[in-house]
Amino acid sequence: MATEPVIGLRSPDLSVGTVTAMKAVFVRDLKTAFRQPQDLLNPLLFFVMVVTLFPLGVSPEVSFLQQAGSGILWVAALLSVLLSLDHLYRHDFDDGTLEQLVLQPQPLFLLVLAKSLAHWVLTGLPLVLLTPVLGIMVHMEGNSVVVLCLTLLIGTPVLSLIGSIGAALTLGLRSAGVLLSLLIIPLYIPVLIFGTGTVTAAAEGAPVEAQLALMGAFLVLALTLAPFASAAALRISLSNS
Amino acid sequence: MSEPLLQAVNLECERDDRVLFRGLSFSILPGTLIRVEGPNGSGKTTLLRILAGLNDSYSGDLLWRGKNRHGFREEFLRNMLYLGHRPGIKPLLTPMENLRALMDGRRPVPDKILWQALEGTGLGGFQTVPCRNLSAGQQRRVALARLLIADEPLWILDEVFTAIDIQGVGALERLLVERVENGGAIVVTTHHDLRLPSMQRVTLGGGDGHGY
Repeated sequence: MATEPVIGLRSPDLSVGTVTAMKAVFVRDLKTAFRQPQDLLNPLLFFVMVVTLFPLGVSPEVSFLQQAGSGILWVAALLSVLLSLDHLYRHDFDDGTLEQLVLQPQPLFLLVLAKSLAHWVLTGLPLVLLTPVLGIMVHMEGNSVVVLCLTLLIGTPVLSLIGSIGAALTLGLRSAGVLLSLLIIPLYIPVLIFGTGTVTAAAEGAPVEAQLALMGAFLVLALTLAPFASAAALRISLSNS
Repeated sequence: MSEPLLQAVNLECERDDRVLFRGLSFSILPGTLIRVEGPNGSGKTTLLRILAGLNDSYSGDLLWRGKNRHGFREEFLRNMLYLGHRPGIKPLLTPMENLRALMDGRRPVPDKILWQALEGTGLGGFQTVPCRNLSAGQQRRVALARLLIADEPLWILDEVFTAIDIQGVGALERLLVERVENGGAIVVTTHHDLRLPSMQRVTLGGGDGHGY
């Protein structure tokens, strides 16, 4: 080379910190979602519809609903999270933002964690906020509603985090929906069992601290492990596309 | 002679039981532009994705500044800019928001500079219009605005002239030349008739690829 290069390597100090980058991913996901509200309302509407149709279809008796209420709400919440999962990476994959995300210098699993958290804020959290209203609608007692909200508050992030693995794995496939459900539902079952079990125990007046602690353990496990698995799955999906 | 940024040693890639290239070796030096050539389906995009680190299904070695790239992921990504077929632009966001989101992951840039970069690619007045209301060429230009403010020494650009009008192509060519003169390294694929001084070629196709 005749001349000394002007453009040198970039110094690490010029880079963006991981937290700033995570925030940017989170903010972008929220912004995009609010520009397309129908995608946001879809799972919520599904949740409300299932819970309102159940008494009409099965039995409107107070004693039955009191017993089945927590189960209905939990299953409806689980399915509506499942319904929203396909969108988690699909749009990013199609428009190329996912490639750019993978090529960011920050650790990918943390960026994936930011995306999963955004997904929870957009789907799981609204479900939790709707739960008290629907809980009262199916004649659940005050105490049970509180515990139900707590279990959903701990449980829905787990659903988002685990779901992110499945969404990332099935990204390259054309008909991902069925496979996604098959992959993810078995992993959702423990969360469902403990979620509804906790509410049942609360309704019977038994202490629920142990069950809640166990669900907290699920959450910690999902928070620490799922982003790694999702990041690896994303790499594989992009590599094959 | 300055040290190569990225070196491909004996690269081989198979796709659907077909060898795209084999024994492909070349160096990407600062201050050079490498054009990857070959007919459709000869693996140009695949090669670029491999170079960028998006595709792992290859054998052979990729050396970042003389050392195996695996140990230097952060450093490599910090110094590399990749623009693919899909421009990485969200249709629901405005050009400003898109550029902001893309830059936020790489380095802090004030709004004013982003605004000027968009003006520089001919998007003045469109900065706050949602990208889905822009034409395909304008959307590409949003992605190209990154090149005006990028300081990464290595650029990997796939089909970068697609959907850009004649003036835009001219401006982009000048940008690439200037960049190379200043010591940047660029790898491009394009079907556009690109003739730049000191351009190197890597030719793919026909089973055995051979580069230099």
